[in-house]
Amino acid sequence: MAETIATSGTIAAKSGGRMKFIVGGLLIIAAIGYLIYTSIGSTQQYFFTIQELKERGSSVVGDNVRVSGAVIGESIQYDAQALELRFAVANVPADQKEIDALGGLAVVLNVAVNDPTAARMEVIYIGVKPDLMKGEAQAIMDGHIDENGLFHADTLLMKCPTRYEGELPTQAAP
Amino acid sequence: MTLTLGLTSLFLAFACALYASVAALIAGPRKLNAWIDSARNAAILTWPLLTLASLAVIIMLVQGQYQVEYVSDVSSLAMPWYLKVTALWGGQAGSLLFWSWLMSAFASAAMLRRWDRDRSLMPYVIAVSMITLAFFILLCLFVENPFRRLWLSQATGEVNPALFQPANSTLFTPQDGRGGNPLLRHPGMIIHPPMLYLGFVGFVVPYAFAVAALITGRTDDEWIRTTRRWTLVGWLFLSLGLILGGRWAYDVLGWGGYWGWDPVENAALLPWLTGTAFLHSVMIQEKRGMLKKWNMVLIILTYALVIFGTFLTRSGVLSSVHAFAQSAIGPLFFGFIGITFTISMSLLFWRWDSLASETQMDSLLSREAAFLLNNLLFLGIAFATLWGTIYPLISELVTGQKITVGPPYYNRVNGPLLAILVLLMGIAPLIAWRKASFKSLGKLMWIPAALTIPTLILFYFLGAAHPVALGAYAITAFVGYTTLSEFARGMVARMRLGENPLIALINLSARNRRRYGGYTIHLGVVVMAFGVIGSNLFQTETQATLAQGETLSIGGFTLRFDSVALFPTNDNREVTRATVTVFDSSGRLIAELHPRRDFFLDSGQPMTIPGVRSTFGEDFYVILVDWQPIGSTGATFKVYVNPLINLVWTGGLIFILGTLVATWPDADEEKRYAAAPASTLATAGAD
Repeated sequence: MAETIATSGTIAAKSGGRMKFIVGGLLIIAAIGYLIYTSIGSTQQYFFTIQELKERGSSVVGDNVRVSGAVIGESIQYDAQALELRFAVANVPADQKEIDALGGLAVVLNVAVNDPTAARMEVIYIGVKPDLMKGEAQAIMDGHIDENGLFHADTLLMKCPTRYEGELPTQAAP
Repeated sequence: MTLTLGLTSLFLAFACALYASVAALIAGPRKLNAWIDSARNAAILTWPLLTLASLAVIIMLVQGQYQVEYVSDVSSLAMPWYLKVTALWGGQAGSLLFWSWLMSAFASAAMLRRWDRDRSLMPYVIAVSMITLAFFILLCLFVENPFRRLWLSQATGEVNPALFQPANSTLFTPQDGRGGNPLLRHPGMIIHPPMLYLGFVGFVVPYAFAVAALITGRTDDEWIRTTRRWTLVGWLFLSLGLILGGRWAYDVLGWGGYWGWDPVENAALLPWLTGTAFLHSVMIQEKRGMLKKWNMVLIILTYALVIFGTFLTRSGVLSSVHAFAQSAIGPLFFGFIGITFTISMSLLFWRWDSLASETQMDSLLSREAAFLLNNLLFLGIAFATLWGTIYPLISELVTGQKITVGPPYYNRVNGPLLAILVLLMGIAPLIAWRKASFKSLGKLMWIPAALTIPTLILFYFLGAAHPVALGAYAITAFVGYTTLSEFARGMVARMRLGENPLIALINLSARNRRRYGGYTIHLGVVVMAFGVIGSNLFQTETQATLAQGETLSIGGFTLRFDSVALFPTNDNREVTRATVTVFDSSGRLIAELHPRRDFFLDSGQPMTIPGVRSTFGEDFYVILVDWQPIGSTGATFKVYVNPLINLVWTGGLIFILGTLVATWPDADEEKRYAAAPASTLATAGAD
């Protein structure tokens, strides 16, 4: 058939044409891959427990990390004019399964705050004090630790074991 | 009674879906038409049955039957009736039922269409859609059943939910429900999940046709032509869902933005990205008979991402990936995605040879090549987004250390990719099929390029003196002008025939809805891009604690704190409402705003509603973050000035309008299709 002849006659040209697309495509894919790789490297954020952060010591000073801890109620100091919030947090496990095994978030937070042997860390945050900032709340913070062991939080997210889960409301009169 | 009726209907719908898929799969290859018809009837029947089941839940919600676990979880006495109705999708169990109901509506509608042209595909379309439906009803029945009641055990005194009465227990009826998540009581959140779900289920139909095409070997373009409108409808709703979700975040979440690259947002964006790539690349298949395998891959991926997206967003409540892994739903979802993905890909490899391209790519400078690049970029963005979303899980699996990435990652990767994609969106429609020349391209581009320069100078003097912003605006403006020039070219041709400009525009768009609907969508993207660039790069914010009468200044505006009032409402909220006055740079009063904080007593959750003064140029957005009792320091405010943010919503409207134009049935097109040479269809169908 005419078509087959034409095809065989231009095999070299065609495979060259295909090659162009394959090479071009691969180059683009490689560029996107490289972009993802470098961006992950420069923006990734380690999720540490306070214990882990303390153990790593000076090697993590200045690194952008995420830490979660139990807020110690009596340590909260807030200057509403300067918008400066200082508080201390105690170590809690990061793993959800571990938290569940220990009896849930509320129990874990309560134990952490009352355990004098748990690792602790001072935190400073410039900004508005969140509503849920109170003792035995879980603080999830992004920021960095300085040489003195003070954690500078850039963002602060609070989590409270609410009465929303678990507890049952009162029953209607039958 | 209602409960029994609903539960029975749900169970019967499950039986119908199972029967339909099994019957269709057995009867399909044997061409047992009576059985295929019976499977089809069973598939159609799922819709009325699921309608009954959903109505039963709605009735229980409205009546306040709090002995039903789902009702007491998501509604409360204080809620108005319409919120009780929409509470159907306010929680996990209900939203799974709602998803199934929408899915069955789409599937039934697909069953009722005319099948004379592609009857051989029908059994497999039935099977695929009904297997998907059966999976969701299965979750509804056995994992998250909305009909479970609360039972008080006489032995232990504990209250547990169960479908049927456990031994030694009595029904437990709470006085009031817990009322669900107050954040979801916003109009945006009432419409947003149905839109998203409609988008999700819309993509199941083209996927079902694609799989049917693979099974039957009818791998011509039939499945693509048949499902074009279904795909567009799904895509329309998904786009609408994404835009409404952004609006909801802006109005309710009180952080001054509309998109935060949250896992849940990403989950809804992922199928949109692959779906958009699919919508573009099917055009090459229709026009040039290429990329057939690739289109199959895209629709299979989209389906997998739809299920993944449903899994992440199904309740509409923001939760971490961890929370899902704990319930039985996680493994079931991943199992289902894994199985369907493996089967679809195996089918694709089985039919690999029959999906060979009919023609070859000719030139790197051709419309085909531009479409290929478009696909690569969409998939690149989708992959980067997926990778960022699941990165915490992967890193924990590999290194044991949980590592997260946030918005900076997405901005760094997706920012440049989106910029190239937008640029391509402007140039590609100008490039000819097969082979284009730089000379002809230059001819079409010089006017838009020339117009871009004064526009940039204007932006520079309006305050956009920022190299990244100017670069981004340059691309966006250029693309806007090229798209407009496409409209202009068409209009000028018609005006030569004596039509006035408006009539010319209307006729042009009506005669070629696909094309000009598409360009309108592109224009919508351009307008949105202006808004996104402005509101991202030039957003300013400040916060301060003010005493009564004190002021703060930001971006030429001055805000004065006047008063704050606390009052309860009759639907169990405690509202703190501040009054602030906004002045412009000349000291003229321009607005009185009321940022407020609603505290929902039944769920113990606060909700921050910003006070916004919205103009075309910018939004002045005030959030009340904290306040002190009267007489002491006063109140703390966070203030954002978001330039051009309204262009995001305006662009969204244009985008949706364009999609409607492209989707609207076109009598001419139908006729052309019907008159297409029967031979191609006949040979393809005569296997």
